[in-house]
Amino acid sequence: MTPEDILKDAEQAFATAASLPTLDQVKARFLGKAGAITEQMKGLGGLPPEARKAAGARINEVKGQVEALLKARREAIQAAELERQLAAESLDVSLPGRGEVMGGRHPVTRTLERIESLFASIGFVVADGPEIETDFYNFTALNIPEDHPARAMHDTFYLRDGSLLRTHTSPVQVRFMQTHRPPIRIIAPGRVYRCDSDVTHTPMFHQVEGLWVDESVSFADLKGVLADFMARFFERDNLPVRFRPSFFPFTEPSAEVDIGCVICDGAGCRVCSHTGWLEVLGCGMVHPNVFGHVGIDGERYQGFAFGLGVERLAMLRYGVDDLRLFFENDLRFLKQFA
Amino acid sequence: MQFSEAWLRCLVNPALDVRQLGHLLTMAGLEVEAVEPVAAPFTRVVVGEILAAEKHPNADRLQICRVHVGDAEPLTIVCGAPNARPGLKTACALIGAVLPGDFQIRQAKVRGVLSHGMLCSAKELGISADASGILELATDAPVGAGLRDWLGLDDHLLTLKLTPNRGDCLSLQGIAREVAALTDSPMTPVDCSPVTATLEDVFPVHIYAETACPRYCGRVIRGIDAKAVTPVWMVRRLERSGLRSIHPVVDVTNYVLLELGQPMHGFDLARLRGSLRVRMAHVGEALTLLSGQAIALKDHSLVIADDSGPLALAGIMGGEGSGVTQDSRDVFLEAAHFTPEALAGRARGYALSTDSSHRFERGVDPELPMQAMQRATRLILDICGGRAGPVTMAGPGAPTRKSIRFRPGRARRLLGFDLEDGHMRDILSRLGMTTQPMPEGMRVTVPSHRFDINQEVDLIEEIARVHGYDDIPAADPRGIHVMLPAGERIRPAKEIRNILTSRGYQEVVTYSFISDELDADFRDEGGAISLLNPIASQMGVMRGSLLAGLLQTLRHNLNHGQERLRLFELGRVFIRTGAEEQPLRAAGLAYGTALPEQWGDKARSLDFYDLRADLEALFHPTRANFTSGRHPALHPGQCAQIDVHGTRVGWLGALHPALRQKYGLNRPPYLFEVDLGALMQRPMPGHAGVSRLPAVRRDIAVVVDEDVPAGALLAAVNSRKPGLVAEFSLFDIYQGKGVMDGKKSLAFKMLVQHTEKTLTDSEIDAAVLDVLQILKNDFDASLRS
Repeated sequence: MTPEDILKDAEQAFATAASLPTLDQVKARFLGKAGAITEQMKGLGGLPPEARKAAGARINEVKGQVEALLKARREAIQAAELERQLAAESLDVSLPGRGEVMGGRHPVTRTLERIESLFASIGFVVADGPEIETDFYNFTALNIPEDHPARAMHDTFYLRDGSLLRTHTSPVQVRFMQTHRPPIRIIAPGRVYRCDSDVTHTPMFHQVEGLWVDESVSFADLKGVLADFMARFFERDNLPVRFRPSFFPFTEPSAEVDIGCVICDGAGCRVCSHTGWLEVLGCGMVHPNVFGHVGIDGERYQGFAFGLGVERLAMLRYGVDDLRLFFENDLRFLKQFA
Repeated sequence: MQFSEAWLRCLVNPALDVRQLGHLLTMAGLEVEAVEPVAAPFTRVVVGEILAAEKHPNADRLQICRVHVGDAEPLTIVCGAPNARPGLKTACALIGAVLPGDFQIRQAKVRGVLSHGMLCSAKELGISADASGILELATDAPVGAGLRDWLGLDDHLLTLKLTPNRGDCLSLQGIAREVAALTDSPMTPVDCSPVTATLEDVFPVHIYAETACPRYCGRVIRGIDAKAVTPVWMVRRLERSGLRSIHPVVDVTNYVLLELGQPMHGFDLARLRGSLRVRMAHVGEALTLLSGQAIALKDHSLVIADDSGPLALAGIMGGEGSGVTQDSRDVFLEAAHFTPEALAGRARGYALSTDSSHRFERGVDPELPMQAMQRATRLILDICGGRAGPVTMAGPGAPTRKSIRFRPGRARRLLGFDLEDGHMRDILSRLGMTTQPMPEGMRVTVPSHRFDINQEVDLIEEIARVHGYDDIPAADPRGIHVMLPAGERIRPAKEIRNILTSRGYQEVVTYSFISDELDADFRDEGGAISLLNPIASQMGVMRGSLLAGLLQTLRHNLNHGQERLRLFELGRVFIRTGAEEQPLRAAGLAYGTALPEQWGDKARSLDFYDLRADLEALFHPTRANFTSGRHPALHPGQCAQIDVHGTRVGWLGALHPALRQKYGLNRPPYLFEVDLGALMQRPMPGHAGVSRLPAVRRDIAVVVDEDVPAGALLAAVNSRKPGLVAEFSLFDIYQGKGVMDGKKSLAFKMLVQHTEKTLTDSEIDAAVLDVLQILKNDFDASLRS
């Protein structure tokens, strides 16, 4: 056989080898100890010295070519095998994932967390207080004496021992001021209770109380903080906010805060009773009598308090049209707020 | 408080339309709830008189009327109203009139007869819902006059939602004062000049409760005309404030109540015995009120009595037998001042609320009784005739009010902006206050009708209000450049929610009050706390466990087609031990399959250990201890008490089969409830060194009695294991072939490691032997061969 024959032969043999083991066997025929190339090398000794050099070079050249052919074929086989493996292992990626699915927060919690984080960003910490309260904390210390007409605004649930379910989160103000000295910056979120149940009232709902007391916290600060809060909460930089004089026994001056209706942008709709305004919270400067009850010097310190209805804000923010949905806990409702 | 715009404008008339007026009041703290026109818009409707009415030849229910509207020739108008009759004065829409709803009146043939207009009902004119017939006008209505003018229909009804401190605005005069101050406009005073007595008759009055009633004015008026009728203008004003006309004297007292804000009462003089006494009621006394309601008087109530006993509930309502009636000829008028303290809550105590009690509870100007008496006398004499005696005035009168120190600098500091002293003085004077300079500010004297103003901050509020809250600049929010504390040993509730929601739980918020029965089924400690006045009996008890609400939520959702639920709630429970305790807890409920229905997974029912894994995740890295326990709502064989650091912090288990049956559940719900405070504590991490050397694993299987809890073995080894044992955990439980009946085999994985050196086989074997020794000693465990 000539080196050219070997080359031709190898090319053919490699091409017919379909797998790596076969290829290795075929390789032995050419490059093994008894392979054709080795035989050729052995045969060099029989050549005349002057022909030996050229023939050797030729064999080496062919050997290199055979090795290259082998490498190329090996790579081709490997590539084909990988291709086959990949094809065999391919998945239907459109199938849904397995395992547990996510649960979710209640929309009231979602709203509360949002309120808390907005106020935390200007230094308000969260305070807490009991839901079964005494008359003192819920009314008297907040400058609401017994039989005051303002008490009629609070339909109170009473317990047998004379204590009551707090009608607002304001008692937390009193408890906090009894145990802390200014500067005070707190919000107090929580459940409150009123003996009232119809389309627009549930006997339990949530409020967030806020309190900022220091030496120079003014009505102008109250306006600034609450207007900013409303704009941030509803993510509307130009949200109209107005402050109307009102009356709460525990603040003076007192105000109700209205925002431009976020449903109709002030054009007038059912939600805002065609006024273009939505009443969203009550607030005011802490009344000197409240400072008196907690032993804070009302000449030196001053500040503001506010209370807002969480469900009200959640309804406006998420377009919920029925307050009672929050406490029915129908999963079809709750899952919308994941 | 509802009133007519036109009436207000008689007292004060700023250049504002009704919308602007409403806005002004709202922005001054007198919230206008509604502004409604008295009548819908319409044109060319006049007073017409029906001269003749005859039956329409072609229709049974129609009449052909001849209607005089002031022209030479009467109009022929076809009308279907049953009350159309000759002599009736009514509303006549002329050709070209436009009625509410853009309804145009044209000349038209009605069943063959040409009709030149339309006679109108109150409904057709948008005055009221009355469509029973055409409008019946007074006999003195001038024919041809515009109906809107004659009935004063170009008017609006304003409804105020007043805050309890503004009792002074429960009258037209009070509102007018406010408008005058806000707009700096002049006000027409109500004529309260003295009416000279033409009789000498008096009826004696004695006050036995001068603190509650510091002033009582009374007056005898004799000889009132039985045929007198209340004038139309007064009836109209009363009606537009929501009051019906009853009797001229009653109408006058009601009118004065609305006009000045002073409640009054008219007694029939003939029915009074001896003298009048203002005194506290005695227990056992009874009174039948004007409304017909009979009440047993309480001794905290102030009454007006005569020699025969109580006649009226002072400041609340008159009695049935002593008031003015159609037959009354001589009357005794009362205008008194009762203090808010004396009236507070009293009316409600009898389930009453009257215009009078509403005002006295909020406060009435103590100087008003005399003015109101003069005003009412004049109106009664004008309307009913008769002669008046002198005014009897009893009581010491209201104490004189102290002036208030006012510091403009304090106002500027509280409001947070620069207001000039002069501007503040001007506002105070517009509100009827007088000021005198004093060091550091001024001394302010407040008029008697602003009884709500008692201290400096009240004056500051008035200044802010009249200046306008809108015109107080909002300060830029100020950040606080002090960092808030962030306790690393506290896990915020937010994180606990994150863990639960990421494990598939949906948060719910359920009512804190539940039914007695539900509470009894789930309460695990203490006594129930019930409400005195629950909104419904199934909401009568404060929940003793969050599990009750979760179970109700489960049932609600199963009824609405859900099959698999994972729910949680964070909130307070209420427990009566000695006192009332209100701890915060976290509770969860899982129901249905372990995983949502999905492909490639055999649906497996959820079990105890699925929830236990959730709880382990909640407590992580703290290791909670689970031991068999008893909870009233849980399956006694599938209930774990959870302890952390030796204290019980909660429960985990399957719902008790009896409750499962009671609540109609096909599958067992698994429940947990733990103290939120325990969940919120987490250890502070600290580095303990990491070995660079590989750990050696040794597995051991031991055989113990089948009722020995696996957790006990783990706990025993983990608390006492040799230092070389880095981990000891369970990986298999086996019962069956090769293990004796009544026994079980537990397989544990042990990792043995030294931080600094490679262990020899004998050292490792020694560690394993130590562990086996603990198991042998404590549990009689033998190595499984």
